[in-house]
Amino acid sequence: MSMSTNRIARAVAAKDLRIELRSRVVANQVLPFSGLVMVMFAFALDNDDVLQRVAGGLVWLATLFSLFILVQRTFAVETYDGALDSLRVAGVNPQGIFIGKAAALFVQLLVLETMLFIAAVVLYRVNVNGSGLVLLVTCVLCASAGLAFVGTLYGGLTAGARGRETLLPLLLLPVVAPVLICATRATESAFRSGGLTVGEGWPWVAVLAVFAAVFGLGGLLSFSSLIEE
Amino acid sequence: MSTETQTYKGVGTPTTRMYGLMAVVALGWVLLGGLFFTPEDAVQGDAVRIMYVHVPTAWVAYLAFIVTGIASACWLIGKKHSMGFDRVAGASAEVGVLFMAMTLLSGSLWGRITWGTFWVWDPRLTTTAFLFVTYLGYLAVRGLGGTAEQRARRSSVIALLAVLEIPLVHFSVVLWRSLHQRATVLSPDGDIKMDGLMLFTLLFGVFGFTVLFAWLVSHRQRIKAMQDAQQVTALDAAVTERLNEVQA
Repeated sequence: MSMSTNRIARAVAAKDLRIELRSRVVANQVLPFSGLVMVMFAFALDNDDVLQRVAGGLVWLATLFSLFILVQRTFAVETYDGALDSLRVAGVNPQGIFIGKAAALFVQLLVLETMLFIAAVVLYRVNVNGSGLVLLVTCVLCASAGLAFVGTLYGGLTAGARGRETLLPLLLLPVVAPVLICATRATESAFRSGGLTVGEGWPWVAVLAVFAAVFGLGGLLSFSSLIEE
Repeated sequence: MSTETQTYKGVGTPTTRMYGLMAVVALGWVLLGGLFFTPEDAVQGDAVRIMYVHVPTAWVAYLAFIVTGIASACWLIGKKHSMGFDRVAGASAEVGVLFMAMTLLSGSLWGRITWGTFWVWDPRLTTTAFLFVTYLGYLAVRGLGGTAEQRARRSSVIALLAVLEIPLVHFSVVLWRSLHQRATVLSPDGDIKMDGLMLFTLLFGVFGFTVLFAWLVSHRQRIKAMQDAQQVTALDAAVTERLNEVQA
């Protein structure tokens, strides 16, 4: 008797989020870390006008730095006590695991980015109007979906491997470069930095959506091969 | 470790020796032709001679990654999961990374002379740099350990994911650069007036470096086959030794 992919995905996602709610590793360590990164950017650039201009890029850089920690965390809980192996031995559908873990990562990324954008408004003095906010929310949703898919994919590959702490950024950073480029440009449009208009941001969001779709599909097809040992 | 020792008369086969000889002859010609026989460029002067190395190495680097992609797909799709495909994929990626490094190095030196800068944020250059880093990651994944089967499975999936990734990187960089004013620089391979000898030397360079690639890959994949075989025989030897100990 096998559970449907959908139910497995929901169960895995709920489990991951429950672990986080009880351990509070993301809330107590990752969120403060990324807030600190935002402050460090301000120290390094040391100019209010420059900060306002590049705020979009800084938010997404801080997101990427935190993504590595989030991905490592999401697979650390699977490799303790061979939890991932047990799931596989139990015949749990790998596609369900992939969707479930990506969904939990997606939720955590949304929380993280919400905090980072609030930090940008407070620290870097950016402001967003109504239509800018619609663009920003859509951009965050599409970018987070893409990041969650590739994060889960490459996190699953390096889970349990020797030297995974250093290997993951090397593999992940080139892959997420399109997300950095497109999400930053869309966010700059939403902030109207450097004379951009909100409307100019939408084509970038379209690329983010394509990215998420490509790696979502790629992940569904290949995740079982990657975690199979 | 191995219980029987075989003596090899060198490591080459007739095929690899032929590749090696062809590469030596072709590259010898490119060396002479590129440095002495061909004229200097009207605009670039002697700097144009970098082209005879830069263009062929770039071609071989891209060819190597195409070979890795195809060999990985063949391993994954093939029913027998023949390890030969995995070894060719790995060997080709190693040689590809080497040639990509040479391309980036010779390109930036050439750029410094003709454009006045080591690097421009041109989509082609940026994608090439990303391809380089991506395949460094691929080689790191190959080094993760485990059985040959695990290595082949993981690395073939990573190679195919790279095939998804590179067009996305290229497309977003193109889109990114299209917002800025196009760099008004001399295009290195577009603006050169080529005379017959220059073109001949360049094409001969492409040929020579391609044969060199074939030679390196065929040797490298044989070394990989021996390494895999050695792992198996070492395990067998250890098991036999342990059994003898128990019986004694």
